[in-house]
Parts: sequence; C-alpha cells; structure tokens
Amino acid sequence: MTNHWIDLKNADVILAMGGNPASNHPVSMKWIMRAKAKGAKLISVDPRFTQTSAKADLYAPLRSGTDIAFLGGMINYILENNLYFREYVVNYTNAAFLVNQDFRGPADLDGLYSGYNEAQRKYDKTTWSFQRDENGVALKDPTLEDPNCVFQLLKKQYARYTPETVSNITGTPLDKLQAVYELYGSTGKPDRVGTECYAMGWTQHTVGTQNIRAMAIIQLLLGNMGMPGGGVNALRGESNVQGSTDHGILFHILPGYNPVPNASLVDLATYIEKTTPKATEPGSVNWWSNRNKYITSYLKAIYGDAATAMNDFGYGWMPKLDVGQNCSWLNLFDNMLAGKFEGFFAWGQNPACSGANSNKTRTALSKLKWMVNVNLYDNETGSFWRGPGMNPADVQTEVFMLPCASSVEKEGSISNSGRWAQWRYKAVEPVGQSLPDADIINELYFRVKQLYQKEGGAYPDPVVNLFWDYGERDSAGKVKHVDIHAVAKHINGYYTQDVYDTSVEPPKLIGKKGDLVKSFGLLRADGSTSSGNWLYCNSYIQVDGKPVNMMARRGKTDATGLGLYPEWSWSWPVNRRVIYNRASVDLQGQPWDPKRPLLAWDATGKKWVGDVVDGGPPPMGQSGKLPFIMKPDGVASIFGPGLAEGPFPEHYEALECPLEENSMSSQRINPTIKIFGGDSDAFYSCDLRYPFVASTYRVTEHWQTGVMTRHCSWLLEMQPQNFCEISIELAKELGINNGDTVVVTSGRGEVQAIAMVSERFQPFKIANSTVHQVGLTWHFGWQFPEDGSGFDSANLLTPNVGDANTMIPESKAFMVNVRKA
Amino acid sequence: MGVSRRDFLKLSGGTVLIGTLGVNLDPAKVYAQELRIKNAKQSTTICPYCSVGCGIIVYTENGKVIQTEGDPDHPISEGTLCAKGSSLVQMANNDTRLGKPMYREPGGTAWKEVEWDWALDRIARLVKDSRDKSFKTVEKGFVVNRTEGIAHIGSAAMDNEECYLMQKLVRSWGLVWVEHQARI
Repeated sequence: MTNHWIDLKNADVILAMGGNPASNHPVSMKWIMRAKAKGAKLISVDPRFTQTSAKADLYAPLRSGTDIAFLGGMINYILENNLYFREYVVNYTNAAFLVNQDFRGPADLDGLYSGYNEAQRKYDKTTWSFQRDENGVALKDPTLEDPNCVFQLLKKQYARYTPETVSNITGTPLDKLQAVYELYGSTGKPDRVGTECYAMGWTQHTVGTQNIRAMAIIQLLLGNMGMPGGGVNALRGESNVQGSTDHGILFHILPGYNPVPNASLVDLATYIEKTTPKATEPGSVNWWSNRNKYITSYLKAIYGDAATAMNDFGYGWMPKLDVGQNCSWLNLFDNMLAGKFEGFFAWGQNPACSGANSNKTRTALSKLKWMVNVNLYDNETGSFWRGPGMNPADVQTEVFMLPCASSVEKEGSISNSGRWAQWRYKAVEPVGQSLPDADIINELYFRVKQLYQKEGGAYPDPVVNLFWDYGERDSAGKVKHVDIHAVAKHINGYYTQDVYDTSVEPPKLIGKKGDLVKSFGLLRADGSTSSGNWLYCNSYIQVDGKPVNMMARRGKTDATGLGLYPEWSWSWPVNRRVIYNRASVDLQGQPWDPKRPLLAWDATGKKWVGDVVDGGPPPMGQSGKLPFIMKPDGVASIFGPGLAEGPFPEHYEALECPLEENSMSSQRINPTIKIFGGDSDAFYSCDLRYPFVASTYRVTEHWQTGVMTRHCSWLLEMQPQNFCEISIELAKELGINNGDTVVVTSGRGEVQAIAMVSERFQPFKIANSTVHQVGLTWHFGWQFPEDGSGFDSANLLTPNVGDANTMIPESKAFMVNVRKA
Repeated sequence: MGVSRRDFLKLSGGTVLIGTLGVNLDPAKVYAQELRIKNAKQSTTICPYCSVGCGIIVYTENGKVIQTEGDPDHPISEGTLCAKGSSLVQMANNDTRLGKPMYREPGGTAWKEVEWDWALDRIARLVKDSRDKSFKTVEKGFVVNRTEGIAHIGSAAMDNEECYLMQKLVRSWGLVWVEHQARI
C-alpha cells in the first residue's frame, strides 16, 4: 500500500476494484465504513456482486479480464471533461514531457507500440523515450498542448475508449459505467480525494501490471497520489508477504529492492554503475543514487568481517543470473517438470494447490530426487506422492516433512500491507518437537557448512564465510537457538568501525563501532556500516546507548488526527506512513487540502511538520526539489516506459477468453506474454468445450490453499467444501440445482464442487451475445479433510500463463465448462 | 506489553458482547468469563492470516493457550477480528499439527517419524551433494557461481527476521531459483 489501513477513513471515494476487502480483509472494512459514515462513497467493480458490493453505494459488474478497458474509459472521461488536477499534473508528473517523435502507439499501429518484434514477442523500446536537450534534460511543454507531449499522447490513445466501446468489451451497463466515471472523476479537486483497493483481482491476469498502471495514471491525473485518503493500495494476501518481499525471497531482488546481480555485472563497481539510475533533471533527488551505500552495507551484513574492500566486499561470492534469465515461479515448475532440479524446498508453502495448473506442479514434484516441506500441518505438497493419480511405489522422490512453530510459539516481526512492521511475542512453547523456522534454518546452515569445512567441495567460500553471529554457541560452534533480536538488529545495521564526520575540525564522531545505525541516511559505501536491509534501517535503534525495538512500540498519539499513529510499531521507510507524501502539498509546501494536513512546511521553523517527509529538502517552490524522490526524473510517470507491453496500458483479452476478437485492435492477447508450449500447458479460447469464463476467489473463513484454516474445526464447519458459483440463468440452461455436486473442467484438469446458484453472477451482454461467468474458491485440497469431502484445488483448472512483467499467473480469467456430477 | 486488563475486560466482557448479541449478559456469565482467564498470562501477537495486521491478545496458563481475543488497544483492529483471526486458539491447540519430523523414502508408501538430527543431517548431505554436482562457476565466459540443481520457495508465513535469514542462507548455497507466495 502507498498509504495504510486506517487511512482509508480519510477518503471521499473508495474504489474497490480487483479486490473484495469485505470478504478477504474484513477488518479493513471498518475504515471504509468509517469513511462512509462521514459521507464518503464506496464503489465496487467486480464480475460478481460480492460482500463489498453489498456495502457499496455503487456497484458495476465487468467481465473478468477487462479492467484496462474499464479504466481506459475512465481516463478518457477525465480528460474529455477536464476533471484532472492541472497544477498537480503539470508539476508532479511527466505529462508535460515531450516524447520521441518516432514513438507510435496503439491508435496508430492497431494495438501495438513502435518497436515490436513479433518473433521474440518483445519490444525494442528505443522510441519509448523523451526528447532531451544537450544536457539530457527532458524537453517539456507546460501548456500540455504539444502533440508529442505525454498528455496529448495519453489523450490520443484513450480517445478510442468511448463508453460504448468499453461497455461492449466489459459488459458493464452504460449507465453504471457513466456513474462510476462521474463519481470517481469528482476527486480531481484539491479538496476531494479518492483511493483504490486492489488485490489478486488485478494482479492475476496476463495484463496484471498494466491494470495497476492504469489506476496509477488515474490517480496522478486526479492528484490523488501522496494524499491522505488516496493512493493505489495493494491489499496483500498474506500476513507477511510485504515483509518477505522486502527481504528479497524472490529471484530478481535482494533485500530492500536491490536487483539480484547478473553475470554481466562482473564486479561491485560495475553493479553499482549499471544499476544506479542517472538523473539529468536539475531538481531530481534521485534517491537510488544511494545504491552504493545500500549494497555495500548489505554485503557487510551477509559476510561480516570477511567482506573487505580488498575482496570487493564478497560480491564475487554472490550467485549471478544470466542476463535476462527469469527464474520466476512458472518457469521454476516448468524446469522442475523437465527434470532440471534434484532438490527442492517448499518452505511454509503448498504449491501443489497454490500455483496455477496444479496437475503440472504435482507431476513436476515427482521428478525431484528430494524435497523438503516445512509446515504446521501435512498438506498436498508434502504428501504429493500419495495424491490423486500417483502410485507411491513409482515416485522416487525422497521427502521430508519438517514441523515448524506457529506464530504464537516464537517471536519476531511481520509487516502488514500498510508497511507497519509489528512485533509478535512468544506465548507458549512450540507444539511437540516443532521448531521455529529460524532454528530450522540455523541447523541447516550449520550442518551444510560443517560438511564443507570437513570435506571441501564446490566453491565453499560463500558457505563458510557467511556471517552468522546470532546467539549463544555450543561447544561445536553452533548457535544453539537463534536470538531473533540479534537478527532484527543486524537487519537494521551497525557501524563496523568508528565513523567520523571529517568535514569539521576536529572530526566529530558520528557512530561508534558496534552502535546501531539510526537511519539509512547514515549508511556508507566504504564498509564502515552494515545493514541487512536498508529499508528497515531505523527499525531497531539506540537511544541513550540502549537498544530500542521500534517495531514493538504501542504509543497511541495521533497528532494529525489522520490515523498515522506514528508511535505504534514502525513503518518503512523511516517510519513514513504515507509514501510520496511530498505530492500532498503545493509548491509552497502547504497541504492541497487544509482539512487533511498530512504534511506542511513550517516557514518560521524551517521544517516539515506531520508525517515523516519523503526526502528532506524544503518545498519545491523554494528548493526546486521535485516530489517523487525515487524516480530519476523526479516526477511520477504517466508515461512509463519500464514495462514490457507499452508505456501506457492497452486492453488485450485474457489468454483464454470467450471472444474471437479484441474490439480495440487486431491484437487479441498481450503481445509480450510468454506462452509455454508443453503437453501440460494447454489453453483454449472460443472453444465450445470450455464456453464459460471462470475466476477463482476466496472466502472470509479460509485462507489461501486452506492449510492453516481447514484444520480449524470452527472454520471448516462454516465453509466445509469447494463451491462453484453459477448464475440462475446458466444453472437453468445446464439443468443444475443449488446444492448439486458439479464437475468443472478446463484444458488442464477438472475439479468437483457444490453448485451455488445465485444472482450474484449475472450474464454479461457482450457485443450482442451472452457471456456467462462462474467462480470457484481455491481453499481446498484432497489431503484434508481426509474423507475428501472438501474436494480438490480449483488451481487444477487455472492456466500457467503469466503477466508479461511479473509472471503472476492468470488465475482470474480462464475458460471452463460445468456439468452435473 | 501495555495492554490494560481492566480496559480489555470493560470492552470485551461488556460493550462488545452486549453490542453484538443485542442482549444484556447475565452478570454470572461475565464473572465466569473473567474467571477463566483470571490467572492467565497475556501476551500480544499479530494475526497470521491476511495482511491487515490485527492485534490479538493470547492468554496462556500452564504453558497452554487458553484463549485468544482481539486486542482493543490496537489502532487498526480496535479489538475486532474476522472469523479466521477469532480462531487463532485452534491453531495453537490442534491435534492435527505435526509434532515430529516425518520422512518418506523413495518409493515408500507411508510416512515414518524420524529424529530431527537424522533428518537435518540427511538434508544437509543432500544439499551438499546436489550443490556440488550442479554448481556452475562460469557460463558463457562470465563468472556466475551458482547452484543450478536446487530450487527454493517460501515463505510469506515467516517472520521478517526469518525471511532475512532464509534468503541469506539459500543465496550462500548459490541458489538462484528462489521464489515465494508474492509471485502467485
């Protein structure tokens, strides 16, 4: 989230699209309802009338996979009716920037952008660039009238998204479409703010990233980014998926969003040179210019004293990707199926039910030599060898199932969707012999290291040089139990030597060796500081010489009245509660809306008051410093050339869809997605065998694949089995009654479910024909309940095709059939 | 941990229940409720399910969780919880939780319980063997220093400190196939 949960109360309009907070983030509805009590309006846009829709002032249906058409129509409406916040758009975004004259967009090239290479399904982005002067500064037209400026190009592309065209694609009735546009478009005034809440309803599409880009563009046009009650807010699915992402458990990022090195970045200097954005705009703060400090402090945290300037701080020990290599989830299981891996850790995860195309995943597991599954409960992954269609005697995988402690049996922090890192305490000892994950990790670290020390082996250096001073050791040198506070402090970072400010005479001590570093502004690139994750630097600090765990704080002050609670736990970065908050004030540093004083420049005291300001300099009108400090150009990107399929979002149909044609252009599907071509990767569009659109979703009583909820009897009693929600019209057509057991089939597999016939789904009228959509929960699996009464996972149906940027699978729009069991 | 027991009882035993049930509770029941947690120790935690980050008070007695309830002091959740958060006590006390490491040998038809030491030594051996076998030092003329034969996923269910240790460990082994829930 750019903002945070309580901040929802500060909105005038809340758009829930791509998410269903009432069901999946129930307590967040408290803050939406509180906004409503003050007069705010809630809009729900969803293929299905959800629990959120039930509380909405305005509900509009749309066919799964057509969000860009819907939002593109909104961009058009905002521009046509001059509803945008001009001062914000001109000063805080790249709307005025002049684009390369050779750039062409979908309006010129029938759905494509300039530079497309069909054979590689990839763009040469040369023309997706700005016109620049001899100093590299982008040329701009603050009147926004130059035909090559971002604003005019935006206008040109979305002029095609007329309400009629959009309605024909999305199936949204015209009056509903207009009503949503009008209501949300009303937040373009300085004293009106709109927010957006999305979840997997936006990410799990082949155009997932562009769904979110489309909303970001709307929020920038309306001046809602950085505002209290504004932003684009990802309602993340797991209690610590924010933290686990922050800490880099992904193939492409290290902790703190530093990129994983690739083979062409041959040494640390090259890595820093090539991955540090260069700013040419005079007012750009370009915060990523601090990359050298963050990566060097990270290497010091990883290898400790073994990392020195002489050995490039151990950079050479880091594993490197090939240039362009993509090791993401779908590729991982594709490679596993091809027998490329001997070993596999499925740690606190149940991929046999959670990944798309479960049959492919389950078969892939059987190709492993060994697998380790760590969990609270047995599950479909650990027990894959005895699952449906498997003959255990034929499965040669050696499998370990390790019991781990639950959240109340250990201590540590987790980061919620609003970036608050909150501390949890240990209440009881772990069940049976189960161990905290940290202790299992510690044991494996020590035992593997010991083997390398005794026997040698392939390149032992990174294994034996790892810094691991995380608690009291036994006689063999093993840390007995991980001291979580030692790890938390290590993530924050230390001075590794006495550091002086040498710009004054005599030099002044900044930090003493062994002191905790107070914030990432003090991290250094010479090895004199360590920090496991620069974003968390300031989370565990020293006050009067004593360590203070900021994440454990329980202060309840709220000076702004906006619900920031700056003394409750700790929020990254540096306890800032709303990111991009410099965009919430005018050029003189005064809040756009005085009733929502998130941040203000105190001209007398020459300081910012309110939230922790995004970057230190005085207001733009005085310092010239631009507000979007993480962007090299200093302003937000309405034109965003970073993504695979184009600098603006364009509507393409899902890989599997019910339409022969995309009525926006001849490009039916996203031209840059990777299409897997194996036997297990089948997909079918406009195929009579699979005539209905389907989507997966969740219910309040269960969580993800259900491993942590199916075993709770209260929850299982409330939602005992998989169901398939079907409209009254479709049920009648298929002769299915409410409560019947049905079989849902797709090109990948089939799953049973109980039919839930309801008016929550309504058939869509698309281009004079009727399109039906159904929906299934994905919380169940064959392993528990043991009698199979819950049925199996809905991911047996979903296609293993991913978004062109993130490779998140398209689980929200695919084609199925339904029949009575 | 700053949770006022008096405030908690005031809210939970009184206002909230009366408010939600719409009836005035029999004072004896309130007394019974109080008795059940009278000698319990309290600690605070954050819900392990979705990402709202609601506060929960955990009551323990004789080393056992006897009750979990919404934390009224928590600024986001203000004492409320959804169905999942309200069931946390069933995760702490659950007969189907794994209590011992389990092992299935190649071609085996059943799990068998094993000792931690044996399982950890065996996994360490397999990690080393697969790493040694699949370690690539140079690819296309560039140093890559990576292990190609082992993949890892997980986990968003761990604490931050554990996530940090996890990525640190698997990258020290040279793994590049490292993913988790955020990708799906």
